[in-house]
Amino acid sequence: MNAEQLKRRHRQRQFVKKTGAYIFLTIGAVTMVGPFLWMVSTSLKNPGDVFSYSKVWWSEWIPTKFVWQNYVQAWHVVPFAKFYLNSIFVSFAITLGQVATSAMAAYSFARLRFPGRDRLFFAYLATMMVPGAVTMIPVFILLEKLGWVDTFKAMILPSMFTAYGTFMLRQFFMTLPRDLEDAAKIDGCSYTGIFWRIILPLSKPALATLTTFTFMGSWMSFMWPLIVMNTHEKFTLPIGLAYFQSLHGTDWTLLMAGSLMMILPILLVFMFNQRFFVEGIKLSGIKG
Amino acid sequence: MKAQTKETIAAYGFLTPNLLGFLLFTSLPVMASLVLSFCKWDALSGPPVFVGVDNFIQLFQDELFWKYSYNTVFMMLSIPLSMAGSLILALALNQKLKGIVVFRTLYFLPTICSGVAIYMLWKLIYNPDFGVLNMMIAKAGEMVGLTLKGPYWLHDEAWSKPALIIMGVWQTVGGYNMVLYLAALQGVPRDFYDAAEVDGANSWHKFWAVTWPQISPTTFFIAIMSVIGGFQAGFDPAYVMTGGGPNGSTTTLIYYLYNSAFSWNQMGYAAAIAWVLFVIVFMFTILQWRFYGRTVHY
Repeated sequence: MNAEQLKRRHRQRQFVKKTGAYIFLTIGAVTMVGPFLWMVSTSLKNPGDVFSYSKVWWSEWIPTKFVWQNYVQAWHVVPFAKFYLNSIFVSFAITLGQVATSAMAAYSFARLRFPGRDRLFFAYLATMMVPGAVTMIPVFILLEKLGWVDTFKAMILPSMFTAYGTFMLRQFFMTLPRDLEDAAKIDGCSYTGIFWRIILPLSKPALATLTTFTFMGSWMSFMWPLIVMNTHEKFTLPIGLAYFQSLHGTDWTLLMAGSLMMILPILLVFMFNQRFFVEGIKLSGIKG
Repeated sequence: MKAQTKETIAAYGFLTPNLLGFLLFTSLPVMASLVLSFCKWDALSGPPVFVGVDNFIQLFQDELFWKYSYNTVFMMLSIPLSMAGSLILALALNQKLKGIVVFRTLYFLPTICSGVAIYMLWKLIYNPDFGVLNMMIAKAGEMVGLTLKGPYWLHDEAWSKPALIIMGVWQTVGGYNMVLYLAALQGVPRDFYDAAEVDGANSWHKFWAVTWPQISPTTFFIAIMSVIGGFQAGFDPAYVMTGGGPNGSTTTLIYYLYNSAFSWNQMGYAAAIAWVLFVIVFMFTILQWRFYGRTVHY
């Protein structure tokens, strides 16, 4: 066998391998997206058609008539607009609070020297191991004693401070070069000035990552709001949607329309911030 | 003022907001919950009553606790399945193909959209009478001339856990773990493969001799994180899709804790469940470190 033949065989094998990979990946992609298409299709169906069944394999995937009215109706059977506004408010407040307090604490841990620093940081690290289930009950009781149950404060405040955010930003701040800070110090810049004008601008990717993760996490948060909220008008989208289900469990077209409206902002955030996900995962090896 | 004093003041100034929140919503609650786990308290009438280790004794004699522990562990079958899937997808994506970003984005969708909306969607998919899954099973049967009827999924005690596991794999297989695996695969030095090729290794050999040991730290990391997460998982999907049923077959430990505390007002008992959970998670971390410590290739 000469070199030319060998080369051709290699190329042929590469071609087979790549084609195989494409077929496999496409099957995977269809599996991943299929359920979402079902969601879209159901949300546009005539309510009666949800239960229909025909011999043609694809017919259920395309509504016989597009009933856009479902979306309007879903918006009106429950105070969906309220849920939306509540979710936006709560998620923004949690995100802002968490990123701000984490960044400040992280700066302190990463750059300033003070007695007790390492022990305190270790205590932070240790609490990252504690399951949320452990603190859930006492925090609920605390909020009840303060009379905060069923207020936005109850949803926002306990989620505003995380050891995790502090840890992640501290790790990032540690990698920043110190020269700029030293120069600023010589020029008489205060610690606040250094934090605000040097550390934060240099840390945009890490801050964006934490912001994205925190926002999505609080947008989807279900268990905690379920525990502390009672009044329907104050519900966020996830518990609002569950409440919707408890009222109209068989109105699948409306439920799917509502579900789609809930995940839409998340899809947008993801599309625009996609690189932060990949970077964020690499940055800290975190999950969910 | 001395420079060091100034620095200390500044440091605590920056720490204060986070530290206060940390003390109020983490440190104190952890201690309070430990104390509570030795008490009986319904949170309504009177103060907690100290009962020693009664809660824990009751818990270990509680058949439901063992049943729900079994459920929790059973549902973790999704971890190896999902990890294997993530690795296979990552291997396929690592072929220097065009359109990688498109695939990665599509695979990420279920992870991004996890939550109530998705659980509702799968409840519809799993509907035994008009759900799309059973419809497809029936149609696939017709194609080969058989009358196939899919299982009752969420309504059947035997199928409810597999149903949630399948959904869990769908949700996680193309998410963070796949991205981590992809990064790990891209980090394996090219020379290792070249050397293996010189020795006449085929793809199968190369995978087990080079790839697998090289990415074992990632496997190890994902496994630990997933198991730790797994012990605390299962509330949201079960609450939305099955209410923990049928016959408690999808109730996990965290769901039991929720019911004990917030449906039945047994705060002390619930705190005891939380601490058992904590101890399991903690031991598992150590056990896994010990066990995998030897086989992980650094």
